[in-house]
Amino acid sequence: MSKLSQKHLLGIKDITREDIELIFETADNFKEVINRPIKKVPSLRDVTIANVFFENSTRTRLSFELAQKRLSADVINFSASNSSVKKGETLLDTVNNILAMKVDMIVMRHASPGAPHYLAKHISANIVNAGDGTHEHPTQALLDAFSIREKLGDLTGKKIAIIGDILHSRVALSNIFALQKLGAKVMVCGPPTLLPKFIAQLGVEVELDVKKALQWCDVANVLRIQLERQQIKYFPSLREYSLYYGISRRLLDSLKKQIIIMHPGPINRGVELTSDAADSPHSIILDQVENGVAVRMAVLYLLAGAKG
Amino acid sequence: MQKKLILDTDLLDITIRRLCQQLIENHNDFADTVIIGMQPRGIFLAEIIHERLEKDTGSTISLGYLDATFHRDDFRRREIPAKANETRVPFIIEGKKVVLVDDVLFTGRSIRAAMDAMIAFGRPATVELLVLIDRKYNRELPIAADYIGKVVNTLASQRVLVELEAQGHKQNKIWLINKD
Repeated sequence: MSKLSQKHLLGIKDITREDIELIFETADNFKEVINRPIKKVPSLRDVTIANVFFENSTRTRLSFELAQKRLSADVINFSASNSSVKKGETLLDTVNNILAMKVDMIVMRHASPGAPHYLAKHISANIVNAGDGTHEHPTQALLDAFSIREKLGDLTGKKIAIIGDILHSRVALSNIFALQKLGAKVMVCGPPTLLPKFIAQLGVEVELDVKKALQWCDVANVLRIQLERQQIKYFPSLREYSLYYGISRRLLDSLKKQIIIMHPGPINRGVELTSDAADSPHSIILDQVENGVAVRMAVLYLLAGAKG
Repeated sequence: MQKKLILDTDLLDITIRRLCQQLIENHNDFADTVIIGMQPRGIFLAEIIHERLEKDTGSTISLGYLDATFHRDDFRRREIPAKANETRVPFIIEGKKVVLVDDVLFTGRSIRAAMDAMIAFGRPATVELLVLIDRKYNRELPIAADYIGKVVNTLASQRVLVELEAQGHKQNKIWLINKD
């Protein structure tokens, strides 16, 4: 079967392992395309895509836009900061107005968890969730898993530790779903205040000591401390956080094995990762960015591909 | 479902031998010639021809695989998206004589897509098309093959099935299938 089970990509929770594998196989082909001298294919020539960003983003939006342009789609960009959202327009009105201009797909980021799910009930265009609050960020999880697969092969039985601010991270939740569907073992690690209370019910291991987590894992996915989402103090100071949970080259060298370091960006250098760790051969952070374009091309291609 | 044998193992062998001879007549030592097999089914024929040509001429010939899925013109017109395959063209085709190899020439649309896809790897000096089976009267575009294994008169509703040992079949056989 070469079709996704869903019409939208709202979250990893809704898609199957077969879907993920199909996306990866398609992304393999697109990765070859974006490394050609001419990096463009005409597949989405007659498709118009709106990138609707109600929350700030640099990397994700650039990555989506590049993926769309490499597929020859027509692209329009919308960001809430300079729009009529400020004048009090509702989400559904905003999107319906965009769709009235004959747009086929919506890539959306929103601060409220479930916003794309709500939209999916009311509009017919394909929706790709580019992050909804602290809920899910499916394409990031797909590109993370794709990058691990590229380095380590089949994910079955591989050990992945997600380290840092799990509580506020949509990347963490989508990663847990994606990695588990692919058969990997997942551990979360962070200060107790930044771990959701019932996280163990998702079937992940919970570890408070970062050194033990690093010794256990094959891959460490290090998350950013999301200060913009923290209304109260979860730890005394950034300096203290980096002392207990920061990962440095020295810590990595003290392990008996070579592990892979990932980070979804943007990095707070010196907080969760020191510069010598982020730029070390352990790190595949820039591979993640490259794979992001290929994976997003695959998602857009597969969603747009079926007869609409 | 009715099956009719178009080419059996022996005839197919003779046909491929003849195609190779014709290629050698036009390309001499293959110094500037590259062979590109079309994914997914043309690559097996391309491999067979490539191996035989290298043996007969004693020269090394470049072989690549081209997938034209992303260049097809029926995107969003099919129920499910076409599945892509690996493209491997590890050489520049700029200024080269390209021989494009596919198993069956039908509407000509995949060849059009292939020529489009090929441009990403440079501007070839010439492009020639080699097919094992040419389905006459079914062309939808002005495309013709330069080297043809066998011309077959078919209806649009019929299907040509190519079974090659390289694809895991017991014998090399080519069938015409009536769908009804």
